[in-house]
Parts: sequence; C-alpha cells; structure tokens
Amino acid sequence: MNRFDYARPASVAEAVQAGAGEQVRYLAGGTNLIDLMKENVDRPMTVIDINRLPLDAIEELDGGGLRLGALVPNSNTAWDARVEQRYPLLSSAILAGASPQLRNAATNGGNLNQRTRCYYFYDVATPCNKREPGSGCGAIGGVNRIHAILGASDQCIATHPSDMCVALAVLDATVQVTGPDGDRAIPIADYHRLPGDEPWRDNTLKPGELVTGIDLPAEDFTQNYTYLKLRDRLSYAFALVSIAVVMRVEDGTIAEARVALGGVAHKPWRSTEAEKLLKGQQPSPQAFGAFADALLAGAVGQGENDFKILLARKGIIRALKQAAEATPQSQTDKRVA
Amino acid sequence: MPTAVNSATYAAVPIGTVPTTLTINGETRTRAIEPWTTLLDLLREGEDLIGTKKGCDHGQCGACTVLVDGRRINSCLKLAVTLDGAEITTIEGLGQPGDLHPLQSAFCDHDAFQCGYCTPGQICSAQGLINEGKAKTREEVRELMSGNLCRCGAYSNIIDAVLDVIGEQA
Ligand SMILES: Cc1cc2nc3c(=O)[nH]c(=O)nc-3n(C[C@H](O)[C@H](O)[C@H](O)COP(=O)(O)OP(=O)(O)OC[C@H]3O[C@@H](n4cnc5c(N)ncnc54)[C@H](O)[C@@H]3O)c2cc1C
Ligand code: SF4
Ligand code: FES
Ligand code: FES
Repeated sequence: MNRFDYARPASVAEAVQAGAGEQVRYLAGGTNLIDLMKENVDRPMTVIDINRLPLDAIEELDGGGLRLGALVPNSNTAWDARVEQRYPLLSSAILAGASPQLRNAATNGGNLNQRTRCYYFYDVATPCNKREPGSGCGAIGGVNRIHAILGASDQCIATHPSDMCVALAVLDATVQVTGPDGDRAIPIADYHRLPGDEPWRDNTLKPGELVTGIDLPAEDFTQNYTYLKLRDRLSYAFALVSIAVVMRVEDGTIAEARVALGGVAHKPWRSTEAEKLLKGQQPSPQAFGAFADALLAGAVGQGENDFKILLARKGIIRALKQAAEATPQSQTDKRVA
Repeated sequence: MPTAVNSATYAAVPIGTVPTTLTINGETRTRAIEPWTTLLDLLREGEDLIGTKKGCDHGQCGACTVLVDGRRINSCLKLAVTLDGAEITTIEGLGQPGDLHPLQSAFCDHDAFQCGYCTPGQICSAQGLINEGKAKTREEVRELMSGNLCRCGAYSNIIDAVLDVIGEQA
C-alpha cells in the first residue's frame, strides 16, 4: 500500500471540500478500497475517512419510502425491520452477498461504488483499460469466465459485482449525491454506466461527489419477489448470474414485473421494453421464456463465459416462477426450488 | 508519549502518524499509528497479539476476524486509525488457558479443528454470530459461519460446537 495523507472530516461540507482535490478517495468500510490499495490498483494521495459523517441512519421519507444512509452497514440495512418488511428483496440480495463479517463493515455507499472483480483489473502486471486507460484489455481473448455477456465494448468486458445494486435496480431507487456543484438525485438506472470508450468510468458520479443516501420509493413488492444468485459455491462467492424480480399479480395475471440481472454487464441489466411482454400475461414457462429471450437479446459470450447466456435464460425463467408463486429464494437453504 | 507503530509492510516513518485510542481486550491505549496500518497488522506487529491470524489479507478467508464494538469484521481490510475510540476483542480477550470461553471449550469438546490456523477467526466469528442473534438452526449457523474458511475441513464439527453454545444460551 502506498503512503497517503489521512483526513477525518466531521461534516459532509468538510468532506466534500477535501474531496475536491486530485487523487483523493473517500474511505467508508474499506472492504474494497483497502483491498485495491494493497494490490496497488488504487494509489490515492489522500484518503478521506467519511465514517464520522452523520449519514448512518435509515429514515422515513414523505410518501412512505425509506432513505438508506450511505454509511449504514450492509448488514444493518438487510436486518432493519422496516427494510425486511417493506423491501424484503433488498434484504435478500444483500444477504446473498459477501460474508457476515464483510457485510458488517461494508456500507451502502461503498457497495454502490465497489469496483469490478476482473482478474486483470486487479493484476497491475497486465494491461487493463479500466485501471490504465489505453493499455488494452487482458480479458478479451483471455480468462473471462466471470465477464460480461451484455453491453460490453471492445475496450472492456468487466461486470459490476454488486448484489445490492441488482435489487435497487428493480426497486427504482434513487441515489442522493452531494458535491462541489451542490446536491443532485440520480435514478439508479443512470447511476452505473456501460464501459463504451471510457471504461475507467464505472458510474456517473462526478469527481469529488459523495453519495449521501439511497432512496427507496413506497411500493408494495412484499409477496411476489425473489433474488436468485447463481455462483461457483453456495456462499461467499460473487454471482456468475443473478436475477432480481419484483411482480404484482392481480387475479392470476401479471400486472407488472420488473427484472434485473447481475453478473452479466457493467451495470445491473434491465429492459423496461422487454418487461412490457410480461404485462397482462398468465405466469407460464412460455411467457417467461419469451421474456428471457427479449432481455438477453444481443447477448454474446467471450469464450469462457459462453455458458452464462443459457444460465441466465434458465435463471430468469426460474426466478420469474419463484416470484409469481410467492416462493422467494431462501438465502439460507440454497436449494433452488 | 505515544510511540510510533511499525506496519508490517513499511519501516516506521515519524511523520504522518495519527494518535489513536483503542481499547483492546479491556485495556485502553493511545498510539501514534501510520494511517496505512491495518487493524490486523497493528494487533500482530504492534501489540504482539498474534492470536489473530493472517490468512489471505484480502477479506477472502475470515482468519483475521475480530470483534469491534461487539461486531465481527475482517481486521485485514480495516485501517486501525479509522477505529479511534472503539473496543476491540480478539481471541486473547475472549478466553485464556485455564479460563476458556464457552466457545473455546466447545471447540475442544467437538474436535472442531485440525491445524488450528482458522480457529481464532472461527471463534471470534461465532461470538459475533451469537451477538447478532440471527442464527438458530443448523442451516442458519452454516450460512452465517460461511465467512470463515477452514482448509482442514473441520466444518461439521465447527457447526456442532457453535450450535452447542447457542443451545446452552437459549
Ligand atoms: C472476499 C469478498 C467477497 C465479496 N463478495 C461480494 C458479493 O458476493 N456480493 C457483493 O455485492 N459484494 C461482495 N463484496 C464486495 C463488498 O460488498 C464491497 O467491498 C463493499 O460493499 C464496499 O463497501 P465499503 O463501505 O467497504 O466501501 P469502501 O471499500 O470504503 O469503498 C469502495 C469504493 O467506494 C467509494 N465510496 C465509498 N463510500 C462512498 C460514498 N459515500 N460516496 C462516494 N464514494 C464512496 C470509495 O472511494 C471506494 O472507491 C465482496 C468483497 C470481498 C472482499
Ligand atoms: S475487462 Fe475491463 S477491467 Fe477487465 S481487463 Fe478488460 S478493461 Fe480491464
Ligand atoms: S486474512 Fe483477513 S480475511 Fe483472510
Ligand atoms: S483447522 Fe486447519 S484451517 Fe481450520
């Protein structure tokens, strides 16, 4: 790890002022940043410890939603009684990720901003356009079992590794941000981005901007939902493919369904266009299959990850069935029913 | 006078240290700590508390698990200076030879280790699990102990030991 100046501001205003400089990083739980600094992937000159900022509460919003403070640990979020009752999908997705110890340290803001787990991104001896713009991409034509099948570019095929963010995508969350130019709210769909020809940019946060919270709108997806995570071992492993579903079923018919995929792209993958196919349908393997084909339109394998396309198709169908039948995937008993 | 603490990776640099007060196993101490020192390196190199183990140093194994204000975390991914004012409990603070913690006794009774390298982390993690109060069944204990790898594969006996202690407390 390189040496750095350490600052521990007490207010958001001070933090944002300090965050405006060059090569500055905000430090929350540290579970991603410290790891990257140990590998010399990230070498900030200044580390701003934001853990003393008053962003550690979960609060009611006018109109019935919840605001999740950026510094609330992932475990406290998943086990908050209001989140468990009103947003069980979010609890489930968080509990599917990392380990109990990591979730205790990891924060909501840090989870949103965690970097890819691409092996080449982590290995400073190899080329990587995300770590070192213009150096090339080791994963294209290389070892790419965990890489993207959707929305990749010829410069980067990395995936966003978060489970929490996949749930946020179908919950239509909003990211609250403050920075040198003041406050703004970013819809979750616009928060993460595709790599395009600027793969070093994971999201649309501007330099120096700080996430202060995540807003969840008031919606009732407490029965028909699921988070299905498919991976190489049952726990403590990143998703190869994950599927978040929320649904409203009225008189045996799908009134609304939202589906997002994790582990397949540079951001949670969702298509509101494809979701229209499910509206008004009776739950059936045929309807689910047609939707899966629409959501996966344009999917391409990179060689080692070709299997993900079929895995995703089957996973989508299974997850839609779980949501329609109100039998969400258990994150304790991992058998897929 | 606070003394400088060597991190494992760098020799002492007098500049840029941060005075930090930590209560470790009940004993409060203030040290001048280099900001890049992890809690794990501070415990092992600075405080000579070598019960806490370094397995991967990347959050991937759980051997470095300790309790911070009663919550289990991976000490390898935590900068010590960020914990100013916190209470840390390591395996040495849970129990000592002759005065074993119930989890330590249960691990002995159930033969819940072979080499023992993962054991301090397993036991601190189990105490964190008990503090959380979320795991009651075998399945739940299995899942909520999944942040601790055991290369000797003592898993089933570890779960037995933890269940034993949870049962006693229930
Ligand atoms: C072994 C291992 C396994 C894991 N498995 C999973 C998994 O299965 N699923 C999963 O979803 N995650 C997994 N994770 C990742 C984990 O969830 C993230 O590391 C964690 O959420 C990051 O949160 P943090 O608070 O520790 O962030 P930090 O490490 O403190 O920060 C991460 C990044 O976010 C920035 N940042 C932090 N807070 C803010 C803010 N408020 N505003 C702006 N920028 C900010 C930092 O500058 C940094 O760039 C795993 C991690 C490890 C080490
Ligand atoms: S996929 Fe992206 S992150 Fe991975 S090596 Fe290529 S450019 Fe880097
Ligand atoms: S040494 Fe910290 S998790 Fe392995
Ligand atoms: S007892 Fe050897 S690693 Fe667990």
